[in-house]
Amino acid sequence: MNGASTSETGVVTGSPVKKESRRPKYTKFTQQELPACKPLLTPGWVISIFLIVGIIFIPIGVVSLLASSKVVQIVYRYDQTCLPATARTTKDAQLSYIQNPGTDKNCPVTLTVPKQMKSPVYVYYELDHFYQNHRRYVKSVSSAQLQDNSSSSLSDCKPEDYVNGLPITPCGLIAWSLFNDTFNFSTVSNAPVHVNRNGIAWKSDVQKKFGSNVFPNNFPNNNLTNPSGIGGASLNSSLPLDQDEDLIVWMRTAALPNFRKLWGKIEQDFQPGDTINVGIVNQYNTYSFEGKKKLVLSTTSWLGGKNIFMGVAYLTIGVLCIVLALVFLLIHLRHPRPLGDPSYLSWNRKNSHGTDNLRS
Amino acid sequence: MTNVNPLLIPLQNSIPSSPNSSCTSSPPESPISCSGGQSCFYTCETLANFSHFSKADSYQSAHHPASFRHEHSLLIPSCIESQPSSAANLTAGSKSRKKEDPDSRIVYINNPVRTNEKYEISGNRVCTSKYTVLSFLPRNLFEQFHRFAYIYFLLIVILNQVPALAVFGRTASLFPLMFVLVLTAIKDGYEDWGRHRSDREENMRTSLVLQEGHYKPKKWDQIQVGEMVKLLSNQIVPCDMVLLGSSDPSGVAYVETLNLDGESNLKSRYARQETADKHPESGPISGALICELPNRNIYEFTAYMDLNGVQLPVGPNNIILRGCEVKNTAWVVGVVAYAGRETKAMLNSSGAQSKRSRLEQYMNRETGWLIVFLIVICLVGGFGTALWVQTHLQWLPIIQFYKLTAGDDMFTGVVGEAITAFLSCIIIFQIMIPISLYISMEVVRLGQSYFMIRDMEMYHPASDTPFQCRALNINEDLGQVKYLFSDKTGTLTENKMEFHTASVDGIDYCDASVDPVAGNVEASNRLANLHQVEVGTEAWRPNVVAKLDPKLVRLLQSPLHTIGRKVAHEYMLVLAACNTIVPTRVKVSPTGQLEMQAANSDEDVGLLEYQGESPDEQALVSAAAAYGYSLVERTSSSIVLNVLGEIQRYQVLGIHEFDSIRKRMSVVVECPDRTIKLLVKGADTSVMDIVATTIAESPRSLKSAVNCDSLVEDKHHAEVVLRTLGHLDNYAREGLRTLVVASKELTQREVEEWRFHYAKASTALTDRVGMVRNTATLVENNLTLLGATGVEDKLQQGVPETIASLREAGIKVWILTGDKQETAISVGFSCSLLTRDMQQIVINENTRAGCQEAIINAKAMHGIMSTWKERRFSFGRHNNSLGGCSNHPLALIIDGNSLVHALSEELEQDLYELAIACRVVICCRVAPLQKAGIVSLVKRKSKEMTLAVGDGANDVSMIQMADVGVAISGQEGRQAVMASDFAFGQFRFLRQLLFVHGHWNYQRLGYMVLYNFYRNAVFVMVLFWFIFYTAFSPQTALTDCNLVFYSLLYTSIPTIVTGILDKDLSHRTLLNYPQLYGSGQREEAYNQTLFWATMLDMLWQSLVIFYVPFFIYNVSDIDLYSLGCLWVIAVVVLVNVNLAMDILHWNWVTHVAIWGSVIATFLGQIIMDSLSFSDDLLSHYWVVYHVAGDARSWLSLVLTVIIALAPRFCVKVVVQNIWPSDIQIAREAEIIGGRHDCRSEPSMELNEVALP
Repeated sequence: MNGASTSETGVVTGSPVKKESRRPKYTKFTQQELPACKPLLTPGWVISIFLIVGIIFIPIGVVSLLASSKVVQIVYRYDQTCLPATARTTKDAQLSYIQNPGTDKNCPVTLTVPKQMKSPVYVYYELDHFYQNHRRYVKSVSSAQLQDNSSSSLSDCKPEDYVNGLPITPCGLIAWSLFNDTFNFSTVSNAPVHVNRNGIAWKSDVQKKFGSNVFPNNFPNNNLTNPSGIGGASLNSSLPLDQDEDLIVWMRTAALPNFRKLWGKIEQDFQPGDTINVGIVNQYNTYSFEGKKKLVLSTTSWLGGKNIFMGVAYLTIGVLCIVLALVFLLIHLRHPRPLGDPSYLSWNRKNSHGTDNLRS
Repeated sequence: MTNVNPLLIPLQNSIPSSPNSSCTSSPPESPISCSGGQSCFYTCETLANFSHFSKADSYQSAHHPASFRHEHSLLIPSCIESQPSSAANLTAGSKSRKKEDPDSRIVYINNPVRTNEKYEISGNRVCTSKYTVLSFLPRNLFEQFHRFAYIYFLLIVILNQVPALAVFGRTASLFPLMFVLVLTAIKDGYEDWGRHRSDREENMRTSLVLQEGHYKPKKWDQIQVGEMVKLLSNQIVPCDMVLLGSSDPSGVAYVETLNLDGESNLKSRYARQETADKHPESGPISGALICELPNRNIYEFTAYMDLNGVQLPVGPNNIILRGCEVKNTAWVVGVVAYAGRETKAMLNSSGAQSKRSRLEQYMNRETGWLIVFLIVICLVGGFGTALWVQTHLQWLPIIQFYKLTAGDDMFTGVVGEAITAFLSCIIIFQIMIPISLYISMEVVRLGQSYFMIRDMEMYHPASDTPFQCRALNINEDLGQVKYLFSDKTGTLTENKMEFHTASVDGIDYCDASVDPVAGNVEASNRLANLHQVEVGTEAWRPNVVAKLDPKLVRLLQSPLHTIGRKVAHEYMLVLAACNTIVPTRVKVSPTGQLEMQAANSDEDVGLLEYQGESPDEQALVSAAAAYGYSLVERTSSSIVLNVLGEIQRYQVLGIHEFDSIRKRMSVVVECPDRTIKLLVKGADTSVMDIVATTIAESPRSLKSAVNCDSLVEDKHHAEVVLRTLGHLDNYAREGLRTLVVASKELTQREVEEWRFHYAKASTALTDRVGMVRNTATLVENNLTLLGATGVEDKLQQGVPETIASLREAGIKVWILTGDKQETAISVGFSCSLLTRDMQQIVINENTRAGCQEAIINAKAMHGIMSTWKERRFSFGRHNNSLGGCSNHPLALIIDGNSLVHALSEELEQDLYELAIACRVVICCRVAPLQKAGIVSLVKRKSKEMTLAVGDGANDVSMIQMADVGVAISGQEGRQAVMASDFAFGQFRFLRQLLFVHGHWNYQRLGYMVLYNFYRNAVFVMVLFWFIFYTAFSPQTALTDCNLVFYSLLYTSIPTIVTGILDKDLSHRTLLNYPQLYGSGQREEAYNQTLFWATMLDMLWQSLVIFYVPFFIYNVSDIDLYSLGCLWVIAVVVLVNVNLAMDILHWNWVTHVAIWGSVIATFLGQIIMDSLSFSDDLLSHYWVVYHVAGDARSWLSLVLTVIIALAPRFCVKVVVQNIWPSDIQIAREAEIIGGRHDCRSEPSMELNEVALP
C-alpha cells in the first residue's frame, strides 16, 4: 500500500527515509480475538443446572437432618430456677441477691437423660444477651500482654488496665468478666462424674496466644467481696495463663450475643432415663441485662451440635430447584423460541408490524 | 481614500498634531534606508504611530507628559541616527515602556546580557518534569489530594485517628489511602523519570552559537534569548528563533514541523531580505526585535525588527520553532526570541482537555443515592446505640461487657455515644461510596484505549496513521452517540484535490482528458521542454501529473494578441502566483519510484515539488504548471515563474492572506513590465461581490457610454460574469469545489495609498490580521473577472456504506460544510445521505423575517407529520389517511446566511424542532462558529449524545463543542487532531469505532459500574446487619485486613479485567447488525431501573450472606473471627461467582482473574491467620484452619452462594428466554451459527442470517 501511494502522488523525499510503520502489530490479544468460551444459557442448560443443583442438594439436606436428629442435648436454664423464690420477683431483688456475697449461691439441679448419649458428652454454658462482640468489650484486651507480658501500653484495656498504678495481668474487660459459675456433676448414686476440663480451648490459642510464663498479677480477685459485686472469676496467680483453659475459652469472644462456651467434656456414656445431679454455683450476674444462663449437655455429630436449619435449607432449595426445572421445562415447551432467530430482533419485529399495518 | 478603515483615521490625524516629533517633515511616501524587499517605505510617522507605541502617541502623551518624554527619547535617535548601536539608545524608554506596554518584549540581537537583564525571560533549559527528588513527595501528595477520592480517604483516616472512633487499627486504616497514594505516586514518578531523562537529553544537545565573534557549539540549556544561533541541515531547532539569514541568498529556509504539529511536508520560512543581506553567518548583526509575549499559538507570531532604525515586520513566516528540523538548507542563522519553557512547542505541550462521560454523570447521580444509604445506615447505628445505651443506662456500671466506671473518659453520654457510633459507622461502612471504582474506571479506560489504539481495523496504511486516543474519560460515550455532525471536505472526501475544469473568460474548458505523459506524446514532450527551468547549471522540471484540456493548451500557445489569450495568461498567473505554495527541489534519489521517472526524462533534470498547507492550492499550482506556468521559486519578496519557458520574476509587494471572513486571498505583484497588479482568488460569493460589473456601476458606464471600446469591453465583461456564474453552478452541481479568479491593474495612486496602510498594518503588533484585512479592502474592488476553477475532491473509500450503516444504527448524520449548497447537496446524494424520494426543505434566506417565515412554513409541514406520528402512536395500528403526504422522509438544507438568524434565541427552538423532524440535515456555507452553534443547539435541546467529526482547523470549535470530538488526521494540519478526543485516518473507521469499540466500551463500563456498586454495597450491608447483634456498637466480625483488602485485593482485579476484556458480541456481528448499536442509545447497560434492581438484588444477597451462617451458627460456640472469616469468604466467593455468571466471554485472562481472586482470598486468610507477630494478627491467629476444618462452614458457603444467586439467575434466565434483547438474540445467532460450522467463515453465516 505504501508503495502504491508514493507512486500515485509522486511524493518522494530526497534522502531515503526509513520510517518505522506505525501499523499496530497483529496479535490475538491486541485484536481481542483470544480463544474464548462463550457460555450461553440455553433452556437445556438452565434446566440441567436446576436439576443438578436439586439432585445434589436434596441428599445433603437429608443427611444433615439425620445428623442433627442424632444429636442428643439437654438444655437447662438455671438463671431463674436457681434463685430463691423471694429473689425472683424484681430485678432489684435479683441484683441484691446476686450482689450479696453472703447469700448461698449453691443450686442443686437434677437432669434426666432423654436418649442415649455417647461419649464424649460436651458440657457448655450458654449465655444470652451477653454482647461479647460489643466494641467496647472486644478491644479491651492486650494480646501482647497475654502472649509474653511485653505490652508497653495497656490503654486498650480500660477500664481494667491499672489498679493502684500497677498493671493488671491479664488486663481488660474480657479477662475481668470471666464467667465464674461452676458445675459439679454426679450420678444419682452420688458417684462423681468425671468432667475433663482440659483440651477445651483451641490448641493454637494455648500455644501461641497465651504465654506459659505469664502469670495473673494484680488481678482483681475481689468480685465477691466488692460492694458492686458483679461477676468475674478469680485467677490463680500461680497458674500460668496458657494453663487456664477456662480463661482461654472465655477470651475467644463469641460472635453473637447468644452463645455457648465449652466448659468440659464428660467421657462416659449416659443411658436413657439416667439422671445427673449438677451442683451449680450461680454467682455470675446476668440479671442486670436480663441475660439467660443455661447449662447444656450435648453430644456432637459431624455437623456440630443440634441445628436443623442446614438440613431444612438444603432440602428446601433442592426441592425448589427441581420445581424450577419443571417450570422452565413447561415454559420452554409452551413458548419455544428458536435460539438466535433474527426474526425476533426488535427491528425485524417492527418491520413485520409495519407490513401487517399496511395490509390491514 | 473612501474606503479607509476607521481604525486608521486617528493614527493619520495624529501625525500633524504630534508637536514633538522631529520627523514630521518626512513625507509619508518617502522610503528610507531601502535595502530591497517589500518594506522600503517606513517613515518616522508610521513609526511614531506604530501601534506598538500607540499608547504613547501624541494624544495620550498630552495627558501623560512623563511617559511621553520617554517615548520621545526613544524615538528620536532611532529616527535620526541610523547607527548600528541604535538598540542601545532604547534603554531610556525601555523601563517605562515595560510599564506601559506589557504586551511585548524587546530582544536585542546578539546581546543576550542586555536582553535578559530587564525581563524575566526564561533560559533555554527545559524542565518538563514536575518533580525533583526533594520536591517529589510534597508536591505529588499535594497534587493527588486535589481529587475528591483522596480527600474522602483522608477524612476517613483522620476520623479513625480519634481514639474514640478507632474502629480499625491505626495502621490498617491507612492501607487504602497508602495503596492508592503509592500506586499513583509510582505511576507519576515513573512518568516523571522519563521526562527527566528526555529533558536531560534535550538540554545536553549542542548548537552553534555566536560567541566572541565565532559560532561555537553551546549546550542547549545555556542558550539565551537574544543570542544568534546557526543551524546546519538536519539539525533540530533549539528554541524559537527569528530567521536572520540562510544559505539561500533569498533567505529561504525549509523546515519540517513533524515534532510540532505532525505535518511531514516541508514548510518554507524566510529571513527578511534586509537581514539576510547583512551576512549574519559571518558576524553579528545589531538591532532589536520587538515581539509579542510568549503564547501557544504556533500559527501566529507578531513582531517587528528594529534594524538601525528601520522597522521590519516579522510574522509567522519568519520564525522557526523549537522542535522543527532544518531541511534542504545548508545553514540558517537566527536570533533567539523565545527559549525554554516559553517556546511555543513547550507552551503547547499540555495534556488533553478533560470531558466527563455521560455514564459517569449518571454514576455520580447514583453515587448520591449511595451517600444517602450510607448516612441512613450510619444513622441507624447511631440511633440504635442511643436507644440501647438509654435503656441500659442504669445498669451500665454493672454489666460485665460494658462496666462503666466513674471516671471513664471514653463514655460521653447517650448523645456522645450516638455521635461516636455514627462516625465510627461511617468509617466501617466507608466503601459504600465506591471510591475505588473511580480508580478502576481509569484503569479500565486505559485498557480499552489500548485496544482501540491497537486495532488494526482502524489503522490507515496509506497515511500510516493509527488510531489515536487523546481523551481517556469518554470511551463509553462512543457507544451512545445519537447525532453525528460531519464536516465534508477531508472528512467525507479525501481532500486530495485534482484540478478538473477551468472556466476562462466565460469559456468552459472541461475536456481535460489529455494526459500529458500518456496521451499526446509530442505535445507532452514539448510541454516538458517548456517547463524545464535552468537554475544555475541544474535543470528542474515540475513534478506534475495533471490532466489538460487541449483547447486551453492551444490557446495558451497561441500568440499574445489572440482573443482571450491575455485573459488566459492572467488566469494562469493568478493560479501560479496567488498562493502560499513553496516549490521545493527534489533530487533524484537512486532508489524508489523516482528512478523510473528520472529514466524517462532527461537525466540532469531534477524535480520541483509543490508543498503547501492547502491541498486546493497545490492542485491549482500543479495545474498551472502543467499548462506551462510553473512556480519555480518563492521568497518573501519575489516570485519566480516559468511562463512557457521564459523565466519571469515578480516582485511581491504584499500579500493579503486567506482568512475565513474575506474568504479570498490576494497578492500585489510588480510584473516584469513594471505594472503593478492585484491577483485575487477566492470563494465565488466573496469575489463576485467585488468584481466590476456594468450593472453595479451603471452611472459610470452611462458616462463612458461615449467610449465605444469601453462599452464593448464592459458588455463583454458582463457576459463573462454571467457565463462564469453559469459554469460555477454546473461545477458545484458536479460536486466540484469552486474558486473564482480575478485580477486588477492598480493605478499609481492606489498603489501608494495601499502601500502606506499596508506598511502600517503589517508591522502592527496588535490585531495585525484585522488591519491587513482592512487594507485589503482598499484595493480589492472593481476586479476584472478572469474565470473560475473546479477542483475535484473525491469521496473517501467506504463513505456511502458507512453513512448508510450509521443511519441504520439510528444515528442521525448531519453534514456541516463550508462548501456551496449545490456541492453539499451533490455530495449528500453521492454519499447516499440524500435519496431521490426525500422531500427537500431548502432554507436560503438573508433576512430574519424571511428565515422565520421559511422555518414556520416548513414547520407547518412538520406539524402535520408530528400529529400523524402522535396519532399513530396513540391509535396503535390504525392506519391513518393523513399520513400519506408525509410519508416522504424530509431533508433540511440550510445555509450559513439563514443560520445567522435561525440560531438566534427566538428561532432556535423552531429550527431545532424542524431539524430533528428531518431525516437528513445539511448545513452549507457555515462558518466554524456556526458549526459549533448547531452542535450546541442539538446538544442542549435533545440531551442526546453528539459526535462531531472533522479534519480541519475550521472544525475545531465543533469538535470541542460536541460530546465526542473525532478528528480525521488528514492533510489539513493538526489543529483538529489537537482538539479532538479521538483521531484516525478515514471516515469509514467510524463504524469500527462506534459499533464495535463504542458498543463494547459502553457495555463493559455500564456493567462494571453497576457491579462495583453492588460489590461494595453487599459487603457493607453484611457488616451492617451485624451491628443489630452487637447492641449497635460499630464492631465488625471481620479483621481489619479483610475490611481493607476486600475492595482492593479480593475483588478488584476481576472487575477490571472484565471491564477491559469482556465481549458480548463479536465485532463481525456488531458490524453486520448496526441496529445493535441502539442498546447504547437507549441506555440499556446502565440506567436507574438497573441500578435499583441491582440494589434490590444486593439487599437480598447481603441478607443471605449474613443470615445463612447466622442461623447455622447461632447459639453455638463460634467465635467472632471465625464467623467473620466465613462471611468474608462467602462475600468474595459470591461476588466473584456473580460476576462469573454475567461474563459472556471467557478467555484465559478472565479465568485467571476470577478464580485467582478467590484463591487469593483464601491464601490471604491463610497467610494472615498463620502470622502472629502483632496484636492485630494475634486476635485471629489460626482462625481459618478452624473454619476450614468444620464441615458446616463449607456447606454454609455453598448454601449461601446458591440461595443468594438464585433470584438473579432466575430473572436472568426468564428475561433472556421470554423477553430476549437484541443483543441476546444476536449472541445466540453468533454462538450457534459458529457452532454449526466452526471452520467455515462465520461472517458468511451471519450474512445469511442477516438477509431476512
